Amino acid sequence: MSAEAPAAASRVDFARAFKDAAVAALLAFGLFLPLIGFETVQNIRNELVLETRWPLLFNFVALVTAAHLFGSLVVTPWRERRALARRRAEATPSQAPSWLGRLGRRLCYAIGLGVCFIGVVNFGSDLTEIIDFIGAPSAGAGFTVLAALLLTGFLIGVGYVFMRFGSGGAAAAGHLIGPAGVGFLVVFPVVALLGAGWGGAVKWIDNFGIQILIYVMLGLGLNIVVGLAGLLDLGYVAFYAVGAYSYALLAKTFGFSFWILLPLAGILAALWGVMLGFPVLRLRGDYLAIVTLAFGEIIRLVLINWVPVTNGYAGIGGIPRPTFFGIPFNASDQGFAAMLGLEFSPVYRIIFLYYVILGLVLLTAYVTMRLRRLPIGRAWEALREDEIACRSLGINTTNTKLTAFALGATFGGLAGSFFATRQGFISPESFSFMESALILSIVVLGGMGSQVGVGIAAIAMIGGTEFLRELDFLKAIFGSAFDPTQYRMLIFGSALVLIMIWKPRGLIATREPSAVFKEKKIISGSLVKEGRG
Amino acid sequence: MEVFVQQLINGITLGSIYGLIAIGYTMVFGIIGMVNFAHGDVFMVSAFIALIAFLVLTSFLGVGSILLALLIVLVVGMVFTSLVNWTIERFAYRPLRGSFRLAPLISAIGMSIFLMNFVQVAQGPRNKSTPPMIDGEFVLMGGEAYPVTLSYKQILIWVVTAALLAAFWYVVAKTSLGRAQRACEQDQKMAALLGIDVDRTISVTFIIGAAVAGTMYLIHYGVVSFADGFLPGVKAFTAAVLGGIGSLPGAVIGGLLIGLIETFWSAYFSTDYKDVAAFSILAITLIFLPQGILGRPDVEKV
Repeated sequence: MSAEAPAAASRVDFARAFKDAAVAALLAFGLFLPLIGFETVQNIRNELVLETRWPLLFNFVALVTAAHLFGSLVVTPWRERRALARRRAEATPSQAPSWLGRLGRRLCYAIGLGVCFIGVVNFGSDLTEIIDFIGAPSAGAGFTVLAALLLTGFLIGVGYVFMRFGSGGAAAAGHLIGPAGVGFLVVFPVVALLGAGWGGAVKWIDNFGIQILIYVMLGLGLNIVVGLAGLLDLGYVAFYAVGAYSYALLAKTFGFSFWILLPLAGILAALWGVMLGFPVLRLRGDYLAIVTLAFGEIIRLVLINWVPVTNGYAGIGGIPRPTFFGIPFNASDQGFAAMLGLEFSPVYRIIFLYYVILGLVLLTAYVTMRLRRLPIGRAWEALREDEIACRSLGINTTNTKLTAFALGATFGGLAGSFFATRQGFISPESFSFMESALILSIVVLGGMGSQVGVGIAAIAMIGGTEFLRELDFLKAIFGSAFDPTQYRMLIFGSALVLIMIWKPRGLIATREPSAVFKEKKIISGSLVKEGRG
Repeated sequence: MEVFVQQLINGITLGSIYGLIAIGYTMVFGIIGMVNFAHGDVFMVSAFIALIAFLVLTSFLGVGSILLALLIVLVVGMVFTSLVNWTIERFAYRPLRGSFRLAPLISAIGMSIFLMNFVQVAQGPRNKSTPPMIDGEFVLMGGEAYPVTLSYKQILIWVVTAALLAAFWYVVAKTSLGRAQRACEQDQKMAALLGIDVDRTISVTFIIGAAVAGTMYLIHYGVVSFADGFLPGVKAFTAAVLGGIGSLPGAVIGGLLIGLIETFWSAYFSTDYKDVAAFSILAITLIFLPQGILGRPDVEKV
């Protein structure tokens, strides 16, 4: 039996593979014929005329056929062989880790030790500056010292994670992913400054750092509603918009500062969360999703049409920038740089904004983490699992749902007011349904309910799409008219579908229990129900 | 009075188009209980296919008779749109059957984004307008000042809607395919045990659900762009919910209601908030009458 099985698995039915590929080619031809084979263009008299693109159509069909052949001739046999090998490995009792595994672990341990050592050396080399600073305090040296300390700490931290991995394996290192990620985020501006210089760092900190953190914050906020309470919300962007507009309008009209308006925007968004949450309490599942979508769109349409207040499509510009507790970030004598005796650079404002949003993200993550252990957090998760059981156990489902909505909305509002102050300009364009879909997909791809997952998914989705802007070398291949950013949403859409097929439970598919008896056990995500609402 | 009658005619036409799209939503929701979020974009793709087919017929092949051309466009549009919808079901939804509840919805959202941007990249972001396909109208009443007109294309849209509704109703109520569909709707596992090919039945539902709404939309407006899927899609979904999701006549009735409300709102109040009206109806219906006008109430089971 064991001699026959691999032979059967490795035998490839060529006739069948080619027949299937021919069918796929025919299908692809049918699918692409109208939209790829023909192009509708306006001629000089502004009439619509057709142009044919047969070579392109041929390429598409050829690509599909080749991919299909590759799949059935190479990938499928390989997967069958692998499955067979795995079955066999399960049948024989597992042995001690192979020499390769042991070597890998030792290597990890060695790398960890090395990185720690570099961290210590780095600290030593900065020691002179630290001593200088203590002797004659100056702001510029102070910043260098701070950066050096951050970097040292980070290097030692990374080394520690590697060492733990080397000595204890993946399970021991798993708990350190969160703290390691936070550590990296804290030193990220320093790393960016060292790596890209003062000019180049703006792009990294602003486009990648701040942009991604805004979405991490939105993802964490929505995670409370969708991941914990199991209420599918497709209109989350409404609260983001409420936060942004309330900051913009109140700051421009009354001149309040960012630090007063930040909590105010959160409270206003929470109010809207309750207002919109109240009517939908009775709905479940898909219906809830659609009603929240409708609410999100209504708010956007009101923003567009209520021109006297919101200025419609034109949006609101000149929104006050945040200040460093009263000290503005500008080139004047009263500015941040001048006060500290530094040379003026826009980088300071960017770094400050980065740490503000990082603080907000950490606050959101911390609050959520603590709430999960409180009765209300447990009620959310119980509600997600079974609403009827919840009600029969005496949990007030109305309050539970409303708090989830309100808290999710609060964080959305905070993120919104940060967004407004960072951009300096907001318009309804920024709050379309696509944003909601994007935030939802971050939560889902990360694995609903998982905070680390939200972070990873946000980096992959937002960082990935930002990354496309950098792919200028593709122009050399496809001609100068090729614009990779055009394909941003195309890739994003197909990624959503593909990841749903490949890993429907999201990237982090295990859940950590909030209450433990004796020892922690890892729960598979497939035991967790979602979105029954 | 003239204004009222004219708006009534316009509203019924618009409503017929919403109803046609809503049929697709309601059939798919009826059989697998899933909101096919990409349906609006499939219908936009369908309008593009109809546009290209029309241009091919008139400019490349030189079909003189406009009626013949439209008939061919209708058939070609149906065939290609069905192909698109079948492929989507096969690749994006079928692997997720039996997965957790949100998975197909999220996959559908991804598909919707994909289709929209695919068309944008493949055909360009501009509005595509055709020369009017059918000219001519009846003047029903009113004088020179405000003639109430009923155009040929409006009649065509009405007739197609009525014919398709009748055809679909016949399929669902009288044929063996319809019986299989109703069986799958009630209990997929039991249906499979009784020898019904569930996957095939669902595929066929997607194929006929794609229908001809795109062609009608193009005939009505004469212009289509890549972003035209979302809003009519949501309105058609509203129509399906309002009429009672899962019910074919309900979809058309809901579509007519939405079309009429939107038209009269625009005529008597303001066009600015007409979409707000549609969304509000959706929210109000779902909150107060979730089973819709013709739907069965959903019983919660433990």
